[in-house]
Amino acid sequence: MDRIVQTLVDAVSVGGLYALTALGIGLIFGVMRLINFAHGELIMIAGYAILLMFGLPIWLVAVGALGAALLLALAIERAAFRPIREADPATLLISSFAVSFFLQKTMILFVGSRPKGVDFLPGLAQQIQLAGIRLQLLQIVTIVVSAVLLVGLTWFLKTTRLGLEMRAAAENFRMAQVLGVRANRVIATAFAISSVLAAVVACLFVAQTGLVQPRMGLQLVVIAFVGTVIGGLGCLPGAALGGFLVGAATILLQTLLPPDLRVFREAFVFVAVALVLLFRPQGIIPARGLKERI
Amino acid sequence: MIVAETTTEPLLDLRNIEVRYGAITALRGVDLHVKTGEIVAIVGPNGAGKTSLLSAVAGLVKPVSGSISLSGKSLAPVGLEDIVRHGIALVPEGRNIFASLTVEENLQLGATSRRDSEVNTDIGRFFSTFPILGERRNQPAGLLSGGEQQMLAIARALLSRPKLLMLDEPSLGLAPKIVEQVYVELEKIRDDGITILVVEQNAARAFAVADRAYIMSHGQFALSGTPADLRDNAGFDAAYFGVSMDSESRDGA
Repeated sequence: MDRIVQTLVDAVSVGGLYALTALGIGLIFGVMRLINFAHGELIMIAGYAILLMFGLPIWLVAVGALGAALLLALAIERAAFRPIREADPATLLISSFAVSFFLQKTMILFVGSRPKGVDFLPGLAQQIQLAGIRLQLLQIVTIVVSAVLLVGLTWFLKTTRLGLEMRAAAENFRMAQVLGVRANRVIATAFAISSVLAAVVACLFVAQTGLVQPRMGLQLVVIAFVGTVIGGLGCLPGAALGGFLVGAATILLQTLLPPDLRVFREAFVFVAVALVLLFRPQGIIPARGLKERI
Repeated sequence: MIVAETTTEPLLDLRNIEVRYGAITALRGVDLHVKTGEIVAIVGPNGAGKTSLLSAVAGLVKPVSGSISLSGKSLAPVGLEDIVRHGIALVPEGRNIFASLTVEENLQLGATSRRDSEVNTDIGRFFSTFPILGERRNQPAGLLSGGEQQMLAIARALLSRPKLLMLDEPSLGLAPKIVEQVYVELEKIRDDGITILVVEQNAARAFAVADRAYIMSHGQFALSGTPADLRDNAGFDAAYFGVSMDSESRDGA
């Protein structure tokens, strides 16, 4: 019984991390039709900000991670994506790869490619007793933080003027512009929100693994991207659900597979993904009315 | 038939507009003027360039040559997002309402360009003019019928408080009874002081409300005048259908 609950909590907390990452990708895809692989580098830069500021008060470190991700996100949008905004999605995708590789290699140039250890939020590593079951505090915190961000983002999109403009732009960008919606404002907001999600993921991920390295974001983004595809590209609840399912599936397979098959767990995850796409090619929650122009 | 009594300078003035999409020339030197208070119709067959004309005014395409001005001021430096702030609203072909957003959210977006505090009062007024929109204010707009979506698209455009309302094929895909309602609305809107430029394939319906009309064919205006003049003009069918009305083709029909 204990083991089942522990595994489930583990699956939900890892699923939450991937859901947040998938949301960051899905948000940008929604408004720009851009699959932003450079999202991983936002996580990475936040990770290095944590490393750099380690030892300062935790709230200051968190603010630093957030600031680093935000600045990088706005810089990427301005320098790499704004000049080619009208280009087709394939061009945008290639550009996001270029940005991602450029940032990773630049980081390797300056800090080397080896992982660096950082004991961030050690207090969360302790075990707690919950209804007689021993759980890691970090997992509970991860689940709570993920849920709060999901609710917060939904609230923002549903009730604020900017959120309304973002949803309109996601459905039909040109029509939104005809009505006077400012493209720059909407896109910059989407990048800012995705950087907040990236920074939070970085804090939780670094606390979990204790490591920072240039490729840390890429691992998360590749899996989360798969999640957004099976969830339904262009639909935010779908992206969150897909990211969650893929992350949770990874953990469940790790537990359920016979030990000698565990090294192949990614292969099993991708078989499951292929099956989902076979039966629901548009994803679990297909996006409604994907239109780019009038 | 009421002939426009306005003699002021044109609200909208297009001179020698040329629009190209790659190798295709959609508009070949179009001159058009619309005076304040008029309903002007542009009719013509599919592919004549009617939508391109509205797109050029709305800032959706940049003309390669020619000038567009509103109340004497050039719109050339005005970007797509600012056209509405200069007083031009567009109801595009196919309506393009935001299907996943609620009726009320669609209307809120129509007022994006405004900074005053009367937006909600105006939305309330549309809910009483079109009760069905009020009843369904919290439902996704995609669930409305075609005619209701058209009314929503028109209300959304009016929420920017435009000087000029442009509509692209408002009758497209609608039942005759609904088309009738849409055109009755257009006359009311004109009576409220809003100038209207409407593009139609349904020439008969547009002629019934228009003060003046242009017949468009192959990216140019073939004829223009009051609807009465145009109906009597022997060249109307030829211009509209792009065929020569000699005896052979008549016999063949």
